[in-house]
Amino acid sequence: MGALNAFQILNGLTFAGLLFIVASGFTLIFGLLRIVNLAHGALYLSGGYVGYTVASLTGSFIAGIFGAMVVIAIIGFVLDQGLLRFVRGYELRQVLLTLGVAFILNDMALVIWGGDTFTVPVPEFLRGAVNLGGIFYPKYRLFVLALGIAVFILLWLLLNRTRLGALIRAGVDDAETVAAMGINIRLIFMITFMLGAALAGLGGTVGGAFLTLYPSADSEILVFSLAVVIIGGRGSLVGAAIGALMVGMLNSVGQVMFPELAYFVIFGPMALILAFRPLGLFGRAA
Amino acid sequence: MSRDLASVPAGAGPTGPSAVALTPARIIAIAIAGLALVCVPYLLPNYYVSIATQVLIFAVLAMSIDILAGYTGRTPLGHGAIFGTATYVTIYWSTTLGGSPWTGMLIGVAAATTVAAIFALLAIRTSGVYFLLLTLALGMIVWGVCLRWTSVTGGENGIRGSVRPMFIATHSAFYYLVLAAVAAITFVMWRFVNSPFGLTLRGIKDSESRMRSLGYNVPLHLFIAFTVSGFFAGIAGAIYAMFNSFVSPSTVALTQSVAGLLMAITGGIGTLFGSFVGAAAIISLENFVSSYTERWLSILGLMFVLIMVFAPEGIVGRIRMILARSKG
Repeated sequence: MGALNAFQILNGLTFAGLLFIVASGFTLIFGLLRIVNLAHGALYLSGGYVGYTVASLTGSFIAGIFGAMVVIAIIGFVLDQGLLRFVRGYELRQVLLTLGVAFILNDMALVIWGGDTFTVPVPEFLRGAVNLGGIFYPKYRLFVLALGIAVFILLWLLLNRTRLGALIRAGVDDAETVAAMGINIRLIFMITFMLGAALAGLGGTVGGAFLTLYPSADSEILVFSLAVVIIGGRGSLVGAAIGALMVGMLNSVGQVMFPELAYFVIFGPMALILAFRPLGLFGRAA
Repeated sequence: MSRDLASVPAGAGPTGPSAVALTPARIIAIAIAGLALVCVPYLLPNYYVSIATQVLIFAVLAMSIDILAGYTGRTPLGHGAIFGTATYVTIYWSTTLGGSPWTGMLIGVAAATTVAAIFALLAIRTSGVYFLLLTLALGMIVWGVCLRWTSVTGGENGIRGSVRPMFIATHSAFYYLVLAAVAAITFVMWRFVNSPFGLTLRGIKDSESRMRSLGYNVPLHLFIAFTVSGFFAGIAGAIYAMFNSFVSPSTVALTQSVAGLLMAITGGIGTLFGSFVGAAAIISLENFVSSYTERWLSILGLMFVLIMVFAPEGIVGRIRMILARSKG
């Protein structure tokens, strides 16, 4: 039982690593641009497919990751500059527009890649299991956890130690004042949107190697991302990390205790947090 | 928060006193529409009668969404799940458990109303984008449960079973039953949104703080509005169980919530009856497009994008605006 528990905890932690990668992009865009990007799940899935194709063609996992991040960042650029610019300032219209884009992206992915299940090929050195004090755990999942932590550190440094990060944080608090100080806030918005999209692409490729890629994977990851952001609060990196940990662990525990109702288990704490903090743990009123 | 969606043009808006009054022109319009609906089975082949039945059912779903989006200013994205809960329960009760379909529908509507009440408890404290986000997440949890709880819901395969009793087995008999039911439901909904309670909801939509300082219990009003809206969505879902005789996770999926919302928006948010136009437009388009291509989802997505960019007040609202402009 002890071994099983440790295994489940690791499953939860590694899943949380992936959730953080995906949800951090979501919360960045939500926090700064006030856009609930419902195409984020579709960007994740498209990123996974692109990563799979590039990794299969080149034989390089790293190339797959970079290919997916670049392609999805470009899609993000088109979405932001080509469509969202027409509805700036209208919150609900923005959200519903991204929803329409999500449908189109998913349908196009179905046309290109079909309805089969794909698994992104993992490099040799990440295959197999590692012995962790008596339990054998897949190396790759530990890599995902490490990558999640690395992304957290990099994003934290970016937001707290660079000029761009300072501008993004200032934009979260008061975009108008930032613009009034002569900063090109539109450019900051665009960079953030592309960064958030690239993170979805990264998540898709990394997640596609152990969760596999299939046509409804986008909705599943979107539910988890929404739960993470609802728990953590809009635009908060720490909130996203804590939310990802909570959702990841609960999902893992839920799968053991109620295999068929695992989805339901993340619902309870979400409801509890909302009852006391409608804007999430670290959320602030706009 | 949602005023960007609910911009109904002046003169046609629910705020004017004319919204409640039954002018002779309106009575004639309703009579003509009613007569046309009654004649459908005599004029059109069975295939179109079936589509007309579907339009009526989804118009109820769209109106239930409009109660929230148009009258409280809160746009929900979880009504497909509430609708589908009723469908699932109705079919489960009459197929797997072998009970009476009518009892199944009652239990289905009760289950949907309960789900709506739970959603409402969680969502009413928020507004705008947060409300949308929450109802979306809650709806998707229902979808996830339906997808994974294979022993009860049949997973991706869903549950199949004919729910419809013999006496309404034909297309036209079923159509008339649905038409009668929808007419009654529409009347009740129309009374609901024009009742003092409905007026209070509009007050909340315009200014929550003003209504609060006037002494209205805003959260309670929103809770009741959400639950009532879910009740109507549940009725639509239970009728849909009889119509479709099949339920799968796609019935509770986000696509369903989105299609319902799109119908309400196309018909014009806050117009209630516009939902019939919206449902007819979207379902006709779906059937038309589906006979040429399998890319219905892309078309649905594209319509959403185009409507959000060019006509957020809906097709009906847009036409009214153009007419109003050309008049004077």
